[in-house]
Amino acid sequence: MVKEKCYHCGDDCETTKIKQDKKLFCCRGCLTVYEIFSENDLTCYYDLEQSPGATPLDIDGKYDYLDQEDIVEKLIDFQEGSTEVVTLYIPHIHCSSCIWILENLHQLDPGVLNSQVDFPKKKVSVTYTTEGFSLKSLVELMAKIGYEPYISLDNYGATKDDLDRSLIYKIGVAGFAFGNVMFLSFPEYFEVSEYWLEQYKPLFRWLMFFFSLPVVFYAGRDYFKSAIQGIRSQILNIDIPIALGITVLFIRSSVDIFFDLGSGFFDSLTGLVFFLLLGKIVQQKTYKFMSFERDYKSYFPIAVTKINKKGREENVQVYDIERGDRLRIRNQELIPVDGILMSSSAEIDYSFVTGEANLVQKKSGDKVYAGGKHVGAAVEVVAEKSVEQSYLTQLWSNDVFQKGYDPKFQSLIDKISKKFTIAVLSIAFSGLLFWLFYDPSLALNVFTAVLIIACPCAIALATPFALGNLLRIFGKNGFYIKNTNVLEQMSDLDVLVFDKTGTLTSSQKNDITYSGLKLTEEDKMVLKNSFRNSNHPLSRELYSFLDSQNIYDAESFEEHLGEGIVSSYNNHTYKLGSAKFVSSDPQYSSLSTAVHISRDDSYLGKFEFETIYRDGVQDLFQSLDQHYKLIILSGDNEGERSILTKMLPKTTQLFFNQKPDSKMRMIKKIQAEDKKVAMIGDGLNDAGALKQADIGIAISENVNVFSPACDAIMDASQLSNLSKFVSISKQGISIIKLSFIFSFLYNAVGLYFALTGQLQPVIAAILMPLSSISIVIFTTLATNFISKPIQKSQRI
Amino acid sequence: MNVIYGLLAISILVALVFFALFIFSVKKGQFDDDYTPSVRMLFEDELVKDDSSKTTQNSKNQSKQS
Repeated sequence: MVKEKCYHCGDDCETTKIKQDKKLFCCRGCLTVYEIFSENDLTCYYDLEQSPGATPLDIDGKYDYLDQEDIVEKLIDFQEGSTEVVTLYIPHIHCSSCIWILENLHQLDPGVLNSQVDFPKKKVSVTYTTEGFSLKSLVELMAKIGYEPYISLDNYGATKDDLDRSLIYKIGVAGFAFGNVMFLSFPEYFEVSEYWLEQYKPLFRWLMFFFSLPVVFYAGRDYFKSAIQGIRSQILNIDIPIALGITVLFIRSSVDIFFDLGSGFFDSLTGLVFFLLLGKIVQQKTYKFMSFERDYKSYFPIAVTKINKKGREENVQVYDIERGDRLRIRNQELIPVDGILMSSSAEIDYSFVTGEANLVQKKSGDKVYAGGKHVGAAVEVVAEKSVEQSYLTQLWSNDVFQKGYDPKFQSLIDKISKKFTIAVLSIAFSGLLFWLFYDPSLALNVFTAVLIIACPCAIALATPFALGNLLRIFGKNGFYIKNTNVLEQMSDLDVLVFDKTGTLTSSQKNDITYSGLKLTEEDKMVLKNSFRNSNHPLSRELYSFLDSQNIYDAESFEEHLGEGIVSSYNNHTYKLGSAKFVSSDPQYSSLSTAVHISRDDSYLGKFEFETIYRDGVQDLFQSLDQHYKLIILSGDNEGERSILTKMLPKTTQLFFNQKPDSKMRMIKKIQAEDKKVAMIGDGLNDAGALKQADIGIAISENVNVFSPACDAIMDASQLSNLSKFVSISKQGISIIKLSFIFSFLYNAVGLYFALTGQLQPVIAAILMPLSSISIVIFTTLATNFISKPIQKSQRI
Repeated sequence: MNVIYGLLAISILVALVFFALFIFSVKKGQFDDDYTPSVRMLFEDELVKDDSSKTTQNSKNQSKQS
């Protein structure tokens, strides 16, 4: 049977099918969005892309805090008179239909004046009028059509980041000068001593000189800065020979034209800087819509509902919560501070914090920690601490989060550049000495020529192009890496540390098994319908697990929060829920997560939930085991030890009951043994370990939204490919080494000309671009070739 | 052949004009988003009903944006 898909969101329509205009919808929400669009002539939304929509979620009261002016003020970019501009992050943006509908918001509400989407960043900036419209109505309008913006504490008062466009300017300047200088130096390449050419030679040369000024002093500025920094900290980085090359090129060329000795090397000079900057921009490829620097602020809401002394609800900014405040937490809301539960019971989803998907039961008087998501009817919590002092947020005040770039890491190019610089300088000086004795008139010429030709343009380009290309390929296959340094470090790992829950296991899928008395058709029908009416996550899962049944209206249906459901049909009363709720007999209680069922107070059986490991985990560990030491750190109890030891290679070390800071300390301990560690984790409880590790890889089911601070984000479905990614990064490094050899060969040819005193500007002008371009082509092709394994597995 | 001076001046001037345009467009943020405009330019009068006044208004708005 072909599954019928919802016209709006593309989900399978299982039991609920709503037909309208000959189209099928999976739920009311999707239909409503369709109706809104068709009323406003916007059905073209569905023509641009198939089933582009998202089911709108219930947002009742969620954005009430946007009524408060001081909060709105912190969120908007710009305000003048009654016009306001706001930029909102919308995770759902994924296709051209999204762009189209969001840029046609003004068709839906005249309050919207203009809207513009930035697709790579998944952001929309909206200009709207505050007359009869507001930020709240805008957000609600967008939520209503399935484009709910994601607003978190991170947005609050965030300084609007100024884009750094200087690199583009510099490329512009260098490219402009390069083109013009090439053009002006062209006649000299042929060395024709024609009368008119001779006459204009000085003019052309001086023009070249002036064109090269901004290149040296503006576009190439960073190389000088970095070289000086390198010398100060006594590291011979690659920018030192580059800066030396640029300086010598410029001085030698200027001297040449001052004293009319020759045409100078302005063409090589501008070309060099231009190519180097191109390499920089290739390396800079970033995933604009992701953030690798998240802290708790990206997870927390801006405001929560507080019950004031008069017993009335009001919205309060999260930072203003004080000890003793009574807070009302609604369904699906995050608990922002540590507190004490006041309502009789609550179920809290700590999957953010621990990665554990099962709900945690809390009773009145229990302590609830910040970061948990409340599921079920609204509860009341009394704050114990302020936001910054809560258990979870305190993790961020740990030192690891303060340190910036790890200076210990020495990239391949740094290692090579040291030897390279020494070699070049010694060749240049020995050449100088030789010619001083042999023919002093040529000595300076040779000295400068060596420094010019040895300028490591090709070497400096190999890394950015090879790794930049791999970065892009990995990104296309669901593995997003922060920068090329991370990729390089990935090739040199000793230990891989995995988190269990949420990383190796899937936090969304469970294996459900039924044990007990056989269920009749009628039982099944009642169960299916009861689960249908419940919003509890386990009910949702069981609902999709059971075969489809007739839908009927329950005669009586009662949900007892945190306990279970009572439902009756045909004079039978069914109880579904926790063991205690269903039967007073203690023999039925079990350690695993289960939903128990009884009919007319006689016990029928239970549905048990078992966590399942992600596909390919076993194979992944087998293949990684050959090269790496593998460790599993789990926050859970030892319940799964036997399964893990059976499934994984024997050398894998298992640690249970690990708290966030003990995970971090464990990583530190391994690093102290001079090992390079990669941490693979997911929840906020891994945040410290991810940051402490040499590289932290966050596994995420939805890469758009949640992941803690890390160096790389991996789509959960790609976990089984991790060993391939790692081995490709290793091969990538070999490609770079190979291209180093190529560029050394080019340099050897150039040095021959330089040392024999025959370096003509035209030779430099040919050799430099030739070596650069061939390196770029070689690295790009080679990295494409080695990354074939992951691209293939993607396609099948 | 003194015309060379004139020609050089003109050619450099033209190059400088384009260079200035480039700088200007970077400053205006045209290079910040290199994907969305390529999709946006394909949208025009896509409203289903043939309501001419609405449609033209829409296209006006879009040209303003781009």
